[in-house]
Amino acid sequence: MSERIYALPELSLRSLAVWRRHFLVWRKLAVPSILGNLADPLIMLFGLGYGLGAVLGNLGGTSYFAFLAAGFLGSSTMYAASFEALFSAFSRMHVQKTWEAIVNAPMTLDDVLAGEWLWAASKALAAGLCMLAVVAVVGYAAWPHALAAIPVLALVGLAFGALGLAVNALATGYDFFSYYMTLLLTPMMLLSGVFFPVEHLPALVRAIAQALPLYHGVELVRPLLGGGWPAGALLHLAVLAAYAAGAFYLATVLTRRRLLR
Amino acid sequence: MSPLEVRGLRKRYGELEVVCGVDLEIAAGECFGLLGPNGAGKTTTLKLCLGLIDPDAGEIRLLGNEVPARARQARARVGVVPQFDSLDPDFSVAENLVVYGRYFGLKDREIEPRIPLLLAFAGLAGRAGAKIQTLSGGMKRRLTLARALVNDPQLLFMDEPTTGLDPQARHLIWERLRQLTLEGRTLLLTTHFMEEAERLCARVAIMDHGRIIVQGSPRELIARHIESQVVEVHGPGIEAWSARAASLALRTERAGETIFCYASDVEPVLATLRGQAELVYLHRPANLEDVFLKLTGRDLRD
Repeated sequence: MSERIYALPELSLRSLAVWRRHFLVWRKLAVPSILGNLADPLIMLFGLGYGLGAVLGNLGGTSYFAFLAAGFLGSSTMYAASFEALFSAFSRMHVQKTWEAIVNAPMTLDDVLAGEWLWAASKALAAGLCMLAVVAVVGYAAWPHALAAIPVLALVGLAFGALGLAVNALATGYDFFSYYMTLLLTPMMLLSGVFFPVEHLPALVRAIAQALPLYHGVELVRPLLGGGWPAGALLHLAVLAAYAAGAFYLATVLTRRRLLR
Repeated sequence: MSPLEVRGLRKRYGELEVVCGVDLEIAAGECFGLLGPNGAGKTTTLKLCLGLIDPDAGEIRLLGNEVPARARQARARVGVVPQFDSLDPDFSVAENLVVYGRYFGLKDREIEPRIPLLLAFAGLAGRAGAKIQTLSGGMKRRLTLARALVNDPQLLFMDEPTTGLDPQARHLIWERLRQLTLEGRTLLLTTHFMEEAERLCARVAIMDHGRIIVQGSPRELIARHIESQVVEVHGPGIEAWSARAASLALRTERAGETIFCYASDVEPVLATLRGQAELVYLHRPANLEDVFLKLTGRDLRD
């Protein structure tokens, strides 16, 4: 019993059927979905980027718009993954009973979770790519370095998709997610160098920021958009990967505890 | 070989043991009914048999596979109609079938030719493109049944397949379930409609408080556990009459203001009623519901 709860996730290609289900639903609503995902970060980017940018001038040798663009690329990917793994996954798990229907077929809960995870990351990557396209069009993505930001965005999506699924496993209702969003994601966005450089923060706050996944995503994406290679890239990638793998294991254990008993 | 064999199955939630030593053996090709009041452990038993939750003790063999160890392989040849609607509201009728078939590893080109047959079986011919929201409760239930057949299963699990349906819809489902047994499939259903169990099931097991109290064919159970005739009486003056009835019938039971008299010969009871215009009565043969109420009691379960 308990061995099965704590066993490592058993990954199977069957989980792609779950991914395909979500993709088919999304295809029906793709345009409003993309616009909805993009509108908020783009309005913020252009508003703050040009507005604050005019006051702040240059920031560490780049324009504030370029600085903010890289930050928002990370944070909008984070939010897209989180929304999918929280609200959408919860309605499939709890409200629509989609998960229940799936596990009645020769599918396991691990398959369902892996499908959800890949899907959340895919949607996040799609949101990140759209954002990257806009940033490139306005001339703030240096090629070909910016292409290397794409796998980073995928990794950010995997990390936050997994974290979201872990929170989802504990959720009692949709309201539960506002705690996670307000108390964790919003402060994380402020601390991770999205709006302002982290170097000016006190050492303790900086240390906290460095323990958070979004910080590492932004640290990777920003130099890539500017046409350089990030310093300490391996460490940043390792932290993101550790968050993704660790949180997915946690999500698996918590979901099994919730549903397999 | 029995499609489903269960020995000594147990499942505990905290202090409460919801399945306490269940043994079941279902014969190939039969329709077997698992009956019991709410909270008797029926749904938990089904979920254990499907390997969706882990038992605390006991053995389960589902289509020759040890469950939960080989539950995935076993479920490949099982169809499930769950208690609550879990159709995909974002998909059309046909898309629901295609997407569900993919969970069995079926290719779209294997599923697509089967869709018209499945829809015809479910009385949904011509509705392939309909949205789920436009279907009635009965249609959704039939589509759920069609979905459970997408993998051409040997064994079907159905958790309260007709709960919430109107009589027309229920009769159509019954007719379809009979057809499935004629095709040689094995059916395991839970229900608390005794009439449904009596009509459909070759054998039933009555379950209460996590245990199977009795098993057998509906007719056997009625013959073994209850007198063949029932008279239900209510109305003003029931108090005065009840004292007399006790000596006339083999057994009487009281539920609120109604008295149930059980006997193999109820003529003496009926004779005393003919003179009493204010008493309302109903004379009928005993049925599975009488057995059920006798064995599980008349107390509310919720």
